[in-house]
Amino acid sequence: MSQSLEAVSLECVRGDRRLFSDVGFALEPGELLHVTGRNGSGKTTLLRMVCGLVRPQTGMVCWGGKPVSTLGDEFFRQLTFVGHLNAIKDELTGRENLMVEAALRGNPVSESQAASALSRMGLKGHDRLPAKVLSQGQRRRTALARLLLADTPLWVLDEPFVALDVHAVETLQHAIAEHVAADGMVVLTTHQEVPIKAGRKRTLHMGGSGTGVAA
Amino acid sequence: MFAVTGMVRRDVILAMRRRADVLTTLFFFVIVAALFPLGIGPEMATLRIMGPGVLWVAALLASMLSLGRMFAADYADGTLEQMLVLPQPLSLLVLGKVVAHWLGSGLPLVLLSPVLGLQYGLAPDVLKVLVISLLLGTPVLSLIGAIGAALTLGLRGGGVLVALLVLPLYVPVLIFGAGAVEAHSSGLGGEGHLSLLGAFLLMALALSPWAAATALRISLD
Amino acid sequence: MAIHWTKYSAPSAFYPMAGRSLPWLAAGTLLLTAVGVYMGLFSAPTDYKQGEAYRIMFIHVPAAWMSMWLYIVMAAYAGLGLVYNTRMAHMLAAATAPTGAIFAFLALWTGAFWGRPMWGAWWVWDARLTSELILFFLYLGVMALRAAIDDRQRADRASALLALVGVVNVPIIYFSVKWWNTLHQGATIDFSGSKMDRSMLWPMLILTVAFWLYSFVTIFLRARCEILERERHAEWVGELLDNRG
Repeated sequence: MSQSLEAVSLECVRGDRRLFSDVGFALEPGELLHVTGRNGSGKTTLLRMVCGLVRPQTGMVCWGGKPVSTLGDEFFRQLTFVGHLNAIKDELTGRENLMVEAALRGNPVSESQAASALSRMGLKGHDRLPAKVLSQGQRRRTALARLLLADTPLWVLDEPFVALDVHAVETLQHAIAEHVAADGMVVLTTHQEVPIKAGRKRTLHMGGSGTGVAA
Repeated sequence: MFAVTGMVRRDVILAMRRRADVLTTLFFFVIVAALFPLGIGPEMATLRIMGPGVLWVAALLASMLSLGRMFAADYADGTLEQMLVLPQPLSLLVLGKVVAHWLGSGLPLVLLSPVLGLQYGLAPDVLKVLVISLLLGTPVLSLIGAIGAALTLGLRGGGVLVALLVLPLYVPVLIFGAGAVEAHSSGLGGEGHLSLLGAFLLMALALSPWAAATALRISLD
Repeated sequence: MAIHWTKYSAPSAFYPMAGRSLPWLAAGTLLLTAVGVYMGLFSAPTDYKQGEAYRIMFIHVPAAWMSMWLYIVMAAYAGLGLVYNTRMAHMLAAATAPTGAIFAFLALWTGAFWGRPMWGAWWVWDARLTSELILFFLYLGVMALRAAIDDRQRADRASALLALVGVVNVPIIYFSVKWWNTLHQGATIDFSGSKMDRSMLWPMLILTVAFWLYSFVTIFLRARCEILERERHAEWVGELLDNRG
């Protein structure tokens, strides 16, 4: 299957409001898509749509030429999503969080793999603490550590840099660049202007008028 | 299959680290069962007749009260969203969550019910039927309840709403659960009731994880 | 005769069609109700067992029938809406629920009025009345869920799923309540117990048709309101309002 992500004339209506319409882009391996736009322009919704969490009113998201709504698990196997919420359990330690999720994916990781991913994110020494005692930034780093364990070609990241310190931002930038260089694909939103030294970079601006086409 | 077992393991670990939730459900069950004699009067003859029905209603309410916990925490911290993009059938993950929920809210009720039954003067053989009926019936309550919990996810007044949605659907389970005990103590034999409860359980196992999974996708859309 | 029913799955086609048929449906409702009530009160003979009080079943039975039928109708629309994602089906499901709930309530109310002289009690845990009560709760559940959700799409799909879950359960609930009732040897004076005279059957059938037409009237009215509210930004609604001045 040729790995490419394509979105065709997506439209999202929430209640009476048309959040966006006629949004489209195409992403090939080794490319990064930066989704920009004001607050409330529908960036998060677009990302959730790409993940198949939100159904578009019109249009569709395709993976390898097939709509993701029919691919189901076959698409989810290619996807790692870090959403607006960290998706870590307060009662579990950092390691446990990563291991439980990997096990549910059907792709178990060992404790040492989880520990090394966490230490790469600068959480060495904190990975045996329950997540509820961690700071906001540390939780975010725990959530992002799953990227280091993932072997999926597509990463979808919603504001990954929020709450991170300079060091963690650098680590993440490095991880993203590495992923793209290895023919991966990344879709991300971010407010900060974060220079990502990735191969090919596309930008999709979610305009106020509701349209956006990747340039 | 590891989608189910993995999910059960995860939720049981979480429940063990939050034991208070399990105990709350259990205390509720005990208190409701203890309130009825206070309201009705201590005559053992009356209590013996009412016992099975009262205990069943108490178990039903206790299991309903705990429904809010089934998905709410995972919804709030984003892990539910992650579950929806896992390469596993969502209905199996939901089944795992329901099993874990039952282990934390249904099974303790079943285990405690003989003690409460003694307070109502139920004979040992009647207690046995009560336990079996709860053992077959409470999983159905959790399975049906999962649909209601998934539909009301994140809504204001979700707790009361979920009661309105699931209590009418609980009626057959209550009728045959309490009916089994009553049929047994009146000498008719509760086997027919129990096998129908078993049939309900199989039907709920087949249909409700799928319905709850659909409801989750709707609620997170 | 080829009527393209799918045509009316578009709100812009449904709205005028419903508007044109409303006067006829309303007239039919009034006429048949008048005829049915007259026949029920005056031309049907007094029942030798139940006296005059039995006449309430000319309302009670059609109301109970309609409440069950409308639940199936609502679930069918809900299913269509979920599978084909058609807006009109969801709107019709939403419009059907209140009418069904009203009929369920009417059946309970008249059942109580009938029970007082027959059983000597306003409420008896009779199998039919009990199932009707639960059906009423199921309607309330669907309506409450719809009302609790702000996002219209989610409200549509969530209440549709609930209606489908309910329709699977209705037969199970009905049979378990019936079993429960026979086991407990409750008071059972059966409606069908006495052989029904033809002059008693007619008013009941006529009133059933009248109630059925009434359902059309209320559902169409509600659906038209729903359409205007949801499609108020659509071009055809704008034109419609401009033409009205």
